Amino acid sequence: MDSTAIVALGSIIMAGLTIAIGSIGPAFGEGRAVAQALSAIAQQPDSSNTITRTLFVGLAMIESTAIYCFVVSMILLFANPFWNHYTQ
Amino acid sequence: MDSVQITTDEWIFWKSQAWPAVKLNATIVFSWLVMAILAIGSWLVTRKLATGTEIPRFQNVLEVLVTGMRDQIRDVSRQDPGKYLPFVGTLFLFIGMSNLLSVVPGYRPPTGSLTTTAALATCVFVAVPLYGIASQGLGGYLKHYIQPTPLMLPFNIIGELSRTLALAVRLYGNMMSGTVIAAILIGFVPLFVPILMQLLGLLTGMIQAYIFAVLAMVYIASATKVLRETEEEQQTEDDNEAHVTQTTT
Repeated sequence: MDSTAIVALGSIIMAGLTIAIGSIGPAFGEGRAVAQALSAIAQQPDSSNTITRTLFVGLAMIESTAIYCFVVSMILLFANPFWNHYTQ
Repeated sequence: MDSVQITTDEWIFWKSQAWPAVKLNATIVFSWLVMAILAIGSWLVTRKLATGTEIPRFQNVLEVLVTGMRDQIRDVSRQDPGKYLPFVGTLFLFIGMSNLLSVVPGYRPPTGSLTTTAALATCVFVAVPLYGIASQGLGGYLKHYIQPTPLMLPFNIIGELSRTLALAVRLYGNMMSGTVIAAILIGFVPLFVPILMQLLGLLTGMIQAYIFAVLAMVYIASATKVLRETEEEQQTEDDNEAHVTQTTT
């Protein structure tokens, strides 16, 4: 196997692993956050405005970790910096 | 897979012959388009303002938008929204408009490029100290970098930088993922599924615009609010002490 094939194989496998592992944690976190927010709204429907707003901001914060992993895997797939180095 | 471009920077509209570095890519063209739509639209609407019981339809739209943004800013910052509305409202309108237009065929949202989002995040990065210094002076603003102890100084600075990076990459990743997923789906289910993804993209576009504006407001509020909070705490403590002394006597 020449070095291009090794780079391609490693990039593809790692892109899949990155998005797979990187989305597990945020998924658990978002599930917990939404469950807590729903029970909080059920207990105190009056403050549902504040809870919803904070929930959205918090979800965006949690989700950004998954987005980072997505960006890294997209870079590995479509804009791989090592690819040009070995094909030239 | 030529249809999958992860950035709009490589889609070039015009290139100068004499200066190869000077070129007009899709990011610049579409962000100027969004700016033109916002500016010309609001100029057209605010040309003939009415104050009676019957107001023009589009004036109503703008009033709803501005009132909603003022309410949200007041809720988040617990301060008078007038000072922050021009900056935060512009961020929200620009990002929201550029994300909403992505239903138009041939249009690619400029927020799907890291250059635009990095520029917007840099605006927030610069605006936070400006608002902070304007509200509590240079010394008062710099003091909150060493707030718990001076040991926390490097972590506060790193936090300031990393949240700017997070702000940029969050918006870029969300918008880029929408276009990339749509492009990949068109490759193997071209019939109906991309429409659903477009609908989802509209929702996430609006939510991301909202979140960007709210986070900018939260950062600005955290830089401006320290003084007021300590004053209020002092006030309530004084009140409590007075109350306690009254009850004990």
